[in-house]
Formats: sequence, C-alpha cells, structure tokens
Amino acid sequence: MAEIAAANAASPARPPPGRWWRIADSDLWWSFTHSPVTVAAAAIAAAIIGAALLASFIAPHDPYDLASVSLLDATDPPAWLDGGNWTYPLGTDNQGRDMLSAILYGTRLSLVVGCAAVTLALLLGVGLGLLAGWRGGFVDALIMRVADVQLSFPAILVALLIDGIARSVLPRQVQTQITLYVLIAAIALSYWVHFARTVRGSTMVERDKEYIQAARVIGVHPVRMVIGHLLPNVIGPVLVIATINLATAILTEATLSFLGVGLPPTEPSLGTLIRVGNDFLLSGDWWISIFPGIVLALLILSINLVGDWLRDAFNPKLR
Amino acid sequence: MPERDVLLEVNDLERHFDVSPPALERLLRGKPRLALKALDGVTFSIKRGETFSLVGESGCGKTTVARCVVGLYRPTSGHIVFDGIDLGRLTRRKAMAPIRRRMQMIFQDPYASLNPRWRVRKIVAEPLVTHGLMADKAELRARVAELLEQVRLAPADGDKFPHEFSGGQRQRISIARALAADPEFLVCDEPTSALDVSVQAQILNLMKDLQRRLRLTYLFISHNLSVIYQISDRIGVMYLGRLVEVATADRLFAAPRHPYTRLLLETIPRLDPPDGALGEREPVAGEVPNPIAPPSGCAFHPRCPSANERCRQERPSLLAVGGTFVACHAVQEGRLPPA
Amino acid sequence: MRNSEPLLKVENLRVEVPTKRGTLVAVDDVSFSIAPGEVLGVVGESGAGKSLTGAAIIGLLEPPLRIAGGRIALAGRRIDTLPYEAMRRIRGKEIGAIFQDPLTSLNPLFTIGHQLVETVRTHLDLGPSEARARALSLLKEVGIAGADDRIAHYPHQFSGGMRQRVIIALALAANPRLIIADEPTTAPDVSIQAQIIALLKRLGRDHGTAIMLVTHDMRVIAETAHRVAVMYAGRIVEIGPVRTIVEQPSHPYTIGLMASIPRTAGRRDRLQQIDGTMPRLNAIPQGCPFNPRCIEAFDRCRRERPDLMAAKATEAACWLYADAKQPAHA
Repeated sequence: MAEIAAANAASPARPPPGRWWRIADSDLWWSFTHSPVTVAAAAIAAAIIGAALLASFIAPHDPYDLASVSLLDATDPPAWLDGGNWTYPLGTDNQGRDMLSAILYGTRLSLVVGCAAVTLALLLGVGLGLLAGWRGGFVDALIMRVADVQLSFPAILVALLIDGIARSVLPRQVQTQITLYVLIAAIALSYWVHFARTVRGSTMVERDKEYIQAARVIGVHPVRMVIGHLLPNVIGPVLVIATINLATAILTEATLSFLGVGLPPTEPSLGTLIRVGNDFLLSGDWWISIFPGIVLALLILSINLVGDWLRDAFNPKLR
Repeated sequence: MPERDVLLEVNDLERHFDVSPPALERLLRGKPRLALKALDGVTFSIKRGETFSLVGESGCGKTTVARCVVGLYRPTSGHIVFDGIDLGRLTRRKAMAPIRRRMQMIFQDPYASLNPRWRVRKIVAEPLVTHGLMADKAELRARVAELLEQVRLAPADGDKFPHEFSGGQRQRISIARALAADPEFLVCDEPTSALDVSVQAQILNLMKDLQRRLRLTYLFISHNLSVIYQISDRIGVMYLGRLVEVATADRLFAAPRHPYTRLLLETIPRLDPPDGALGEREPVAGEVPNPIAPPSGCAFHPRCPSANERCRQERPSLLAVGGTFVACHAVQEGRLPPA
Repeated sequence: MRNSEPLLKVENLRVEVPTKRGTLVAVDDVSFSIAPGEVLGVVGESGAGKSLTGAAIIGLLEPPLRIAGGRIALAGRRIDTLPYEAMRRIRGKEIGAIFQDPLTSLNPLFTIGHQLVETVRTHLDLGPSEARARALSLLKEVGIAGADDRIAHYPHQFSGGMRQRVIIALALAANPRLIIADEPTTAPDVSIQAQIIALLKRLGRDHGTAIMLVTHDMRVIAETAHRVAVMYAGRIVEIGPVRTIVEQPSHPYTIGLMASIPRTAGRRDRLQQIDGTMPRLNAIPQGCPFNPRCIEAFDRCRRERPDLMAAKATEAACWLYADAKQPAHA
C-alpha cells in the first residue's frame, strides 16, 4: 500500500522546482477546489476580511471623526426602511455614527485583536511545546502541569482575570492607551495551551525518529536540530489550530467587549457594537445590534469551516 | 605519528535501562526498581580497514552497542576507545565534534532517516555545514554532486525530496550523507534489512566498493546471517547482551563452536533443503528469554543441549579456543567438540 | 498427495486503483491455481502486487482499490462477485488469513481464548464447551506450551513469536481449506521463523490445507512451497516447481533475483545485482515491464508484452522463449 501512495505522490518526469506549481498541483489544492462548502466559506471570509482591511478606503464615513457625526441623525433606520436614507445604508447608532462604517472599522479591530492574540499564543505555545517535548523529564512535567492548571479555567475567565489585574495595577491614563494590548495578551494567554500540547506530542514522536538521531550523530547543535529539523515537521497541525483559534479569539474578544471589559465604545469592535445596540433592541432600533451580529457570525462561521477543511485535508488517515 | 592498527576498542561495555514502574506505584505497592541490562559486559576490537559485524536476534543488544559507540547512548560502565581516545572522557558536545567527523552512522529505516521536509542536497551537505568545512556555496554544491555520484545517484537528484525516491535510493542518500565529511569509521545499523533482496545486493556491493576506495572501517549490525557472511571479515555473535563467540567469517560459518551459533546456523531456511517431502527439519525449541529477568549463569543454558550444573551457576567468559573466542563452558571444557 | 482438481483458480485477475491522475493497475492479468494440500509461494519485491493479490482473493481490498477484471473461483464456485455478507461467511470458514503484523491482528481487550472461541463458534456449529475444547487443541497444534493456562491470557502476555502462532491458530479455527499467509515469517528471530515454517508445512500435509504463501524471502519459500510464482510490477513473470525456479530459472528477472540472494558459503567478494529498481505503478514501461533492466532485452521486448509461455521446465513471460509455440496455462 505504501508503494501505491508513493506512486501517487511522485510527479511525472522531471518536476519543476517552483513552489507555486507545487501548491497548485498538490493534493491540498485539489481537495480545496472540490469542496464547495469550503470554497464558499473561504470566499465569504476573504470578502469580509478584505472589506475590513480596506475600511479606510471604502467606508462612506469615518465613525471616529466626531466632527462628521451629528446627533440629529441618531438612530436612523437602514436605507430601505421608512425614515432611512442612503447616506447611512445600514442606519446609524445612538450617537449618529454610520453603522456600515462602524462595522467595517469594528471588524478590522476585531481581526487585529484576533490575529495578534493568536500569533502571540502560537509563539508562546509552540515555543513551550517544543521545549517540553524535546527536554522531557522535569521541564516537560512542569510546563504540562502549568498548562493543565490553566486549562481548568475557562478562557473567558482567564481573560477577565488578566484584564482585571491590569486595570487595578495600572494607572488610569495608561489603561485607556493600552486596553488593546492588555486584551490581546489576555486572549493569547488563554489559548497557548492548545498549541503547546499538540506540538509537545508531535515533538516527542519525531524526537525518536532516525533523522533526528542522524543529526545527533553528525553533531548538530541542539537548537539547530529543534528549529531546523523538528519544527518543520511538527508545524502542520499548528496551522489548523491557529485557524480555528482565530475564530475563537475573535469571539472571545467580542464577548469581552460585550461584557464591558474589552474595547471601549469610542473605538468599538463588533462586540462593543453589539453591546451598545443591546440596550436599544427592545425599543425597536434593532439594526444597531443585528448587523454587527450577522457580520460576526458570518466571519466566525466561515473561518471555522475553512479550519475544518484544513484539518481534514492534513489528516493523513483521511487522505 | 603512525596510524594505529586498532581503530576501535570496546571494553566491558555495559548499558542498563531503567524500566522501573512509576515512582508512585513503587511507593504504594513496594515494587523494586528494575533495570534492563541491554549490554552486560561486551569486549571487542576492530582493526583499521576491516568489517566487524555483530549478529544476533532481537533483544541481544547489538543495536545498543552501535548506539553507544556512536555516542547516542551513554554507557553505564565500560570504555569505548576510538583511535586511542577514550570517548567516556569527552562529555561536552564541542569536545566530541572532531570524533563525530571521523565516525558516522547509517540507519535501518530508509524512510525515517531522512528529514522529509529537506531537499536531498541539504541533507547530504549537513555534516559539511555543521563542521564548517566548506564556506563557499559553489564548493559545497560541487561536493554534494560528487557525493551523490559516488553512491551512483545523479547530481540533479539533489533538488528532490526524499519521498520521491525508493528505499534503496534513500539508503544511498544516507550513505552519501555519512561520507560527506570524509569519515574513517562507519557504524551501519541493519542498513539493508528494510530493503528488497535485489536492492540489498546493490547496496552491499556499493558499500564494499566504497570501503575499498575510501579505506573505511565498518561496524556492521544485522540479524541476517547470509548478509553477514557476505560482508564481514570478523563476526561477533551476541545473545542477551553478551558476546558468545567471535571469529572470522570463514571459521564461524564453517566450524561454529558456541551452541547458540550452531542453533542460528541450523535454523536459517535453506535455498537447497535436502530432498524428499520438502525436507523435514526439527524445529528448535525455545525463544529468547525476557531480558529483564535473564537466566542465571550462562544466559543460554535453558535452551542448550549441553548445559550442566556449572552452566546454571557460573557465567562463562570469552576465552580463546583454537583460533576463535567462545564463551561456553562446554566448549572450554572440551565437552563439545567443533561441529 | 495432490488432486488434479484445483481448490483455488484465479484467472486474469486485475486490480486497479483510481487516482486523480488516472487509473493505476496494481495487479495485471494474473492467473494461477492452487491444489488442495499444495503450498504455492508468491515471491516478489515490494510493489510487485503480491499482497494485493492475496487481499483480492480474500475480499479485503481497501477502497479505492478494486477488482477490475478476471475471475476467482474457490472449489469451482465463483467468489469475486459475491455480495459482502456471503463473502464474510466464506472468509474464515473456507479461507483463513494470516497477516504480517501480529500486534494489530489481535484484540488487546479480550483473552485469546475468547477470540478463538468466538471465531470457532462463528463458523462452526459448536456449543461453548466443544468450542473451547477445539480452541485448546488448536493452541496445542500450533505449539503453545501450557495451553490450558495460556488460553486465559491476553495478547500482551505473549511474546512476538507466540502471538504469531496464536494468529495461525485463529486462521485455522474453522478448518479452512485455503490459507493466505502474507509475510508470516518476518519475525527477526530465526528460531521462530523455523518453527512457523515447520508448522505451515505440517498443515499442508496433515490437513490437506492449501496455502498461498506471500513473501519476499525466497529462502522461506524454498523450504516450504511446492510451486512458486514470481511477480514483477503486478504480473507473474515466471511460475513453476520450486526446485526448478531456484536452480534453473528461465526468466531473466528470476535469474537475477536468485543470483542476488546472499549465500552462507562460497565466494564472498561481490554479489550479483540487478541494476535499477522496479517501476512505480504510474511509470510501467511499454512492452515487457522488465525490459529497461534486462540484459537480454531486444526489440520485441520493448514493444509487445509477453504472456506466460512454456520455457524449459517452467512457464515464463519472456520473448526469449517464444519459439516454443505452446499456449500458456497457469
């Protein structure tokens, strides 16, 4: 059976060395293009992310520019309803800010927090996982026990805790400036464990393989061995976890903002927008909550679906 | 300084593994610590330019010897002396570096011994890069091409990944990598066991050619007696962590002395079994015992037709008997004449 | 000892695997038969298709692999087209299988007694105590000492060689007429290997069980088999009595293969080798698949694919023997 797999893997004649050619020709791309759900999800995610990144260019208004906001236009409904107009396509919030623009900028903020948090969690988790897996023994036991303890707390709780500590320790002026960073750190510190565990497991498996022993016999420096040999071989699942964690991180940020300990209304993320709009839901001004909510849901769902496909595509048993 | 005749000396090598139950269990149930004696006092030497093989069944410790010699395991006790240098004294990685240049290893599994994410030229060049032997990129490329050609692959193969090659070709890449820094001594751990028989023939021929041309010394590990016969100058037979017989290849196969060696040679399936109803052979009783609880005295006595009381009590030492070294009371006492 | 009526008859078997780059043929037009009590060795190197042939016969091809042509008949009855349930009943009862890895073939959660009894009662109509008695006798037959005690042991309490024997006992449980053994002797311990070989030979002799012995180790086949089929790139390139194949092979590949087997006596300077490697499934040459590596290849070999034809004392798929104008029969 191994021969058949090898036969499948072999490229015909002389394979061009180009990286893009290899990606286009690979099984991964084939599986992607043959899964309509994934393609649709990726398209939606790309659209939302693209729009958010280009927020400064395509937003009709600047919701942070207090000069352009007028209280007279507060709580205007979306354009297609009575009382709305196309200057504010999705309506305005209670302060007169354009919903569409607020959503665009808010999504960008959510994405920034999410990506930064996941990147930080990844660096921390992969680093600690490699260390634990490579050294084994006491170092491994220590890191894993810390991880176990942390896992017994729900992520939101950990984030709240860190946020709370930051607020009580730091002076007020500094607080508002660094809210973003505290938020990113809080979320990152909740999610590093998943990375660490996976990488530790893979490291322990790869560590005993003969190509690592060969490197030892050659006399390669341990750091070089871990980074040059081990890392490329354990990084695969990390990509999948990162993608799925991105969705979770965005959701966590939204939750924290909704609870009031995340981003403030002056620089709202999607979660903050939902919170602000929550107060107006029952009075009939539904669009302040619902539109950000829809965008948030679509974003998370599409990222999750792409992450699911990635996980299945990388799973050698399913191939 | 004249070259030493003896390149490698192994003296009383012992290697124990701790296989005790976890600490908590030992505490609660009063279980003792358990040590697995993978190597229980192994002594041999290898001359420059020769091929010395270690043969034995699973659990005999031959792979452990290989790993101790090459520095992957630290011996529990005993000495490994390479070209007059006691390797036990070299504890720091930097101190081992010059030895590592001169001694390399080839592994059994061609699919696991090459990093699947690296291109072949990076794999082959690794010893050169690690020891800083060639700074110039063009020089490095040329050397890699030369090494690939030496193992009968094409220089263009350097751009490919390991999974594009067959098992035999991957072993060639391993050999090319092992030879990159111009070593004198190669430890080969079952290099052909995972290969088909015709590929095995190619690799063994290649290894013999290389040995002649590059003046290499081999420590060759295998469980396959016919391969051992083809490639070895001298052979050491191991059983449960001990050497039971050491002889030249011709003598070992023509006139085996130790009862275990005889058993091994008798049980090799033959390409030409005697005629008549496919040839009936007596299947031999017994299996290799559990190395955690080896038999007392001579480890082979439960399976040995010539065992007496002394064999059960006293462990035999490896002594010279008519041109070979045998660890057997029966042979030393003259109770067991040569085959 | 051998009847003239074959127990297993395989005709023009073809096994394919569809991939995204096209369909690959793993077993190509393979035909042979096995008589009751006969041991047929199937030898070849990795990728030759020998394991897949065995898997196809017993109906255990993993999708997307599938039988794409040919006919398999057991005791005259066609089995390759049987539905799943019918095949499941045949598997174990009429055809037993021994696979390479004894560790994964046994369920670690049940005692071997339980597994044996379960197998026996699935296929034979025996009550619990009769089944247990049969299980005990099976264990004794495969040479497990202290069977009365060991029947209650779990797989992890057995050594590798013992586990291999338990697997053989399981395969024998329902007294099958045919056993397909895929690399049963790959244990690195020669003493175990010798015992398994002796056991397989005894089965053929005492029970009239036919055995298809698939292995890459020619020595095992020389000790155990009556006839040998040599496979290369999914095809049988030579088939004949074992002594002839070993001592006077006809096909150039067989000649090269026999010559490259290391011996334990005689000259030690250089082994015969066949240059090159077996082609991958997606790169099988036109004409005779061995032609790029064959020192005797001529023009016809590169154009036309040879079928098995009479060649000296065996049948070989080689144009060198095209002059003998007898049709090929497996």
